Amino acid sequence: MRFKPEELLISVAASLLDNPEIKHVAVGAASPIPGAAALLAKENRPDLDVTIIHGTANNMFTDGGRELFDCAGQGRIHAFFLGGVQIDGQANINLVGTGEYPNLERRFPGSFGSAYMYFTVQNVILFRPEHSRRVFVKKVDFISAPGVSDARIQRNGGPKALITDLCLMSFNSASARFKLETVHPGHSIEEVLDNTGFDIEIPDNVPTTNVPSEDQLNQLRNKIAPEIAKTYPSFATRIFDIKSAA
Amino acid sequence: MTLFRHISNLADLIPDGAHIAIPPEYSFVPMELIRSLIRRNAKDLKVLCVPVGGLAVDLLIGAGCVKQVEAAAVSLGENGLAPQFTNAVISKKIVMKDSTCPAIHTALQASEKGVPFMPLGGIIGSDIEIHRDDWRVVDDPLDKGNGPILLLPAIKPDLAIFHSPLADRAGNVWVGRRRELVTMAHAAKQTLVTVERITDENLLANEQTAAGTMPALYINAIAEAEGGAKPLGLTDCYERDSDAIADYAHQAKTDAGFDDYLTKAVYPYTRLVAQ
Repeated sequence: MRFKPEELLISVAASLLDNPEIKHVAVGAASPIPGAAALLAKENRPDLDVTIIHGTANNMFTDGGRELFDCAGQGRIHAFFLGGVQIDGQANINLVGTGEYPNLERRFPGSFGSAYMYFTVQNVILFRPEHSRRVFVKKVDFISAPGVSDARIQRNGGPKALITDLCLMSFNSASARFKLETVHPGHSIEEVLDNTGFDIEIPDNVPTTNVPSEDQLNQLRNKIAPEIAKTYPSFATRIFDIKSAA
Repeated sequence: MTLFRHISNLADLIPDGAHIAIPPEYSFVPMELIRSLIRRNAKDLKVLCVPVGGLAVDLLIGAGCVKQVEAAAVSLGENGLAPQFTNAVISKKIVMKDSTCPAIHTALQASEKGVPFMPLGGIIGSDIEIHRDDWRVVDDPLDKGNGPILLLPAIKPDLAIFHSPLADRAGNVWVGRRRELVTMAHAAKQTLVTVERITDENLLANEQTAAGTMPALYINAIAEAEGGAKPLGLTDCYERDSDAIADYAHQAKTDAGFDDYLTKAVYPYTRLVAQ
């Protein structure tokens, strides 16, 4: 069955949530693909709680904007997605801009809750489709949230994986290094290396990323699409050609 | 005591230079009051986004009303970057105090409790902390071996402003589950609210509505403004007008386009004033 690149990324992200340690996944601002992935993962794991912040759809929170962070601080959120204008080899992420802060050349929205969620959520999945040397740099221009911390700092969470248009990587916080896990169909290890500005571990065996199954695609298009449209109508129209049910 | 004002003069209660707290796009943004501030040519506002900003702060910046923004992020969500914010930060027309969401919530909670600062976990090692002269990292003051922790000074805005579906004649305001509005109002010196309508029923008289109601104690003035959150959405009242916001996102990329938008969408809203 044919699928769109976005549908592949959704299935990769959903596969990372197929982990019994993850009982509650939260999805933050401007994250339609992670949101769809969380809802898709729940299809096969009804015990998974999914919180999509912003709006009332798929959002159980009733205590205002702070509840996401309080909930994470209590250890009740086990997976979260973060992105980055730049991401470096130590998994530092930059959501603020490029250039020498505060004299920025390009400005992006800002750090959101990253500087806190990176410390409090055990499985942070980095999600950045654009796989280029502009994004994956040797050193970020601004650290919105640090990838690793020294032992004196209280830290219960951090980055575990990175999903891009080309591949899936894992992150080892002890060695502060990414490792290539799978390469998406139609792409190569060389292409990953050519487009990554930092050093990554390449194991002997790098399988091709599993493509979404027919069942998954049917679930995604028929059941998840109208749900994600409640939070991300433009995305749902563009990818799944549906209008918001709301 | 809550005053009932007309929407046309509610903005007069927000002086130039005021420090104002504005809710995020999913939470009751008082867009008509924002447009009133632009019409009255407000200056030097210090805007606190609780904790992220969007169309409201972008409009205020483009219209020259803003001196400083404190926020965890400013964007138009699915409609992309906030163009006037982005340009103003790059050209240094405004002072940007970068923060992170829970730091803004926590600093407001400090004011809620009347304490001068609050601790918050995480964040250490972020460049946000390094660039904030007003934040302090201290070693565990209780000597329990918990390591360094960040202290945030309380934020006490002059004014919290928001728009709600409903108020009653006693000045109580419905907020439902949008509890950040409660935190904002508790922390701020004054709170001004616009509402879709005013009901004769007392919202505190019924336990079901009482739980989602902010009491008049915290609210200084209320004005009726039907459609007062448009083009943003208001829960259970109307949807976000994505086309109108996409139109803004496109036009506001240039100063000339932004001025056209003001002429078309902000200044003609005299219908409400004339009522």
